[in-house]
Amino acid sequence: MAMDQSNVAFVRTEMLPEQAPPASEQGIIKWVRVNLFDGWLNSILTLLALYFIYKILAGFLPWATGGVWNTSSLAECREVLQDTAGGCFSVLTERWNQLLFGFKYPVDQYWRLILAVPLLAVALMPIMFVNHMVQAGRVVAGAMVIIAVLSLIGGAMGLAAIFIITAVAVGYLSMRAQSDAAGARSMMLIFTMLYPFLAFWLIWGGTIFNSIVALAGFGVGYIAFSRMQERGFTIGALSAVVAAIVTWFIGGFISDALAGVLALEPVPSRDLGGYVLNFILGVVCVSLSLPIGIALALGRQSDMPIIKFICVIFIEFVRGVPLITLLFVANVVLAYFLPPGTNFDLILRVIIMITLFSSAYIAEVIRGGLAALPRGQYEAGDSLGLDYAQSMRLVILPQALKISIPGIVNVAVGLFKDTTLVSVISMFDLVGMIRGPIGSSTEWNGVYWELWIFAVFVFFVVCYGISQYSQWLERQLATGHR
Amino acid sequence: MATLSDPPRESFQLSMLLNDTRYRSYTFQFIALFILIAAMAYLGWNLVQNLAAAGLNISYQFLGEPAGYDINQRLIEYTSQSTHWRASVVGVLNTLLVAIVGCFFATVIGVIVGVLRLSNNWIVRQLMSVYVEIFRNVPVLIWILIVMAVFVSVLPQPRDFRGDDPAASMFLDLFAFTGRGFYLPGPQFSAGFAANGVGWLIIIGLLIASFFSARALSNWATKTQEATGDRPVTWYYTLAIWFVPLILACIVMGLNWDIPALKGFNFQGGIFARNSLIALTLALAIYTAAFIAENVRAGILAISKGQTEAAASLGLRPGRTMSLVILPQALRVIIPPLISQYLNLTKNSSLAIAVGYMDLTGTLGGITLNQTGRAIESVLLLMLFYLTISLSISFIMNIYNNSVKLKER
Repeated sequence: MAMDQSNVAFVRTEMLPEQAPPASEQGIIKWVRVNLFDGWLNSILTLLALYFIYKILAGFLPWATGGVWNTSSLAECREVLQDTAGGCFSVLTERWNQLLFGFKYPVDQYWRLILAVPLLAVALMPIMFVNHMVQAGRVVAGAMVIIAVLSLIGGAMGLAAIFIITAVAVGYLSMRAQSDAAGARSMMLIFTMLYPFLAFWLIWGGTIFNSIVALAGFGVGYIAFSRMQERGFTIGALSAVVAAIVTWFIGGFISDALAGVLALEPVPSRDLGGYVLNFILGVVCVSLSLPIGIALALGRQSDMPIIKFICVIFIEFVRGVPLITLLFVANVVLAYFLPPGTNFDLILRVIIMITLFSSAYIAEVIRGGLAALPRGQYEAGDSLGLDYAQSMRLVILPQALKISIPGIVNVAVGLFKDTTLVSVISMFDLVGMIRGPIGSSTEWNGVYWELWIFAVFVFFVVCYGISQYSQWLERQLATGHR
Repeated sequence: MATLSDPPRESFQLSMLLNDTRYRSYTFQFIALFILIAAMAYLGWNLVQNLAAAGLNISYQFLGEPAGYDINQRLIEYTSQSTHWRASVVGVLNTLLVAIVGCFFATVIGVIVGVLRLSNNWIVRQLMSVYVEIFRNVPVLIWILIVMAVFVSVLPQPRDFRGDDPAASMFLDLFAFTGRGFYLPGPQFSAGFAANGVGWLIIIGLLIASFFSARALSNWATKTQEATGDRPVTWYYTLAIWFVPLILACIVMGLNWDIPALKGFNFQGGIFARNSLIALTLALAIYTAAFIAENVRAGILAISKGQTEAAASLGLRPGRTMSLVILPQALRVIIPPLISQYLNLTKNSSLAIAVGYMDLTGTLGGITLNQTGRAIESVLLLMLFYLTISLSISFIMNIYNNSVKLKER
């Protein structure tokens, strides 16, 4: 159908200026319409959600803002509140030390725990933030200064001084990292390697020579390994183990002889408790279960049927039973399997069991990473003439571990959450403290919300933080295979 | 005649056990086996010595002795005169009850939340993310204890139902929700032959028969559709297959409802679900649902948009696209992690001991262990039970995985 141009009476020759879009199609109105009221179902959902949020806030805000922070018992707190909706947060302030450190750790020794945890941040810095040492250093140093100021306010001069020194050291290293990243990092890595021994000394006390001897064992073992390595990985590893054991054996006499030198008041591990206990169990068990998990994963992949069989049985057994049954084993059964008369403490038994438990899960995660590597990587290692240990260490594991990071972090978060289970076998971690010495004390019997919301908060902060870190690390490590 | 190019036969040397890759693996395996056996022998020897010193032996006699303790929540007959074995069976059934009910609710909540996290409603999406993150990042033990504490402190006590102007009242005059637990109407069969659980067996048998009949009907409909192109309308037959036999059986066996009523300070009659059972199930369900929601979301996101577009270009309606194209593919991604979440829930149900619910960990691993002192036997049986459940579920899952695996040609 052709148009006859000559019949058109008027043709506009210039363009009209652009008009603003209608009010309903722009800005916040459009966003609300598309995102909140798009159809009747969505509108109902939005209204329901808004009502729900309103109900939560209407209950929560008066409780959170109208609370009492400075009474010494529930009855006193209720008197002050006079039936208003506020919460009795004074249970948190009054029992703060118990919530964090348990109820048996000597009060005048709390500074050791307060010191051990922030130093952990310093120790983890070069591992967690390999390429972001400068920024991480600034954050950690800033946090140290804040803690130092807080301890000054609290009157703990010595603690404040230690934190100021640490802050200066971290700040200096992070400045050095700007020009010489590798140098600063290797200096911090030395501290990371020393940290476990330092932390042991701080937390459990006793003479520092216990830690020094333990460290010396590892040092001698490492030297033996590097001397013997050229004769094969197996011989190297064996001689390292022998050298370490000899050192520890001899060192045992030395540290016994020097029991009073540089000694902190020894604290039996039965006296640990509170959130710090969750923290100690989580950190120790995750770090111990990583190497065991790697070994189990490699064993499960191995061509040797007996070794493979042992690993499969172990992994499937541990993954098939709940952690709580393993804790029962630690609590009541393990003693039967030890030489008569030995009696090593419950925490150590629990650490062994939780470590075995999580190493099975980590093994499965790493097996996934190993299976995801293309066969060519294994063949590449072989064709370079590397032996098994070398090709694993230099070619396979770096890639497999990188793939497994999200899974490993999931296991770590799950493990940290599972440390609360020790309260079932009457250890007083955070949950154990809330259920036992605090929740059923005469002063605070009947307080639920304040304590439990505190517990939810502290666990959420740590676990959510770790999972966010893992996502960040995944983005950092992505080398763009697509 | 020997050719000159033949290499000289090497004689076997001891060093080849370590240096020759042909023999080295045997050496390692032998050493591993030796260490394992030595360790086992060492532990076993310690065990024998310790048992002898304590005047104990490994024996399962105690399972036949009277337990002497009460279990306040049970599915089968049990008195304190029953044996430890019976107590363990009660515990097993209680574990399975929590696991099955918990898995059901976790799936329902998880699927709804997972789908809502992908909704185009911003506020609902944010709300669901908050739910998932909060519940995933806090230990399940804390949730169980919180739900229990809320239950006891928020819901009314049975005494609040008393008097002319009670502080609380029953829901529809049938259900009583108290801080002590839920009182629900309980079905009973008045016919003589249906007593002692026979009625329930008949009902379960009927349901199974209905399931297979309904499946046969649906298979017949599919066959007819493939032969003629028309699918016969069968939904009312299906409804009839499910409900007619059931209703008939109920009438024949004389079904009536035992409604809980307030007598004195407590409710009598009906089914009583303790607060510990409800709190445990609810806490496990909402905790596991957060994980299931993530699995569901990942499964749906894993199906590329091209699949939806392909289905649309074939002329499929949105409902059929979902049921024929998206779901079969998404389920392949969703089901394996879903099953492992079910397993986790079952294993986490052992935390019942924290709220005093008598599951297997509470009976066999709790009171029986403490009363008889048979730690090794009890813990061994406990582990064996959980191991059996885990291994059989993973066995079923392997079969499923193989059946839905992408067939590559």
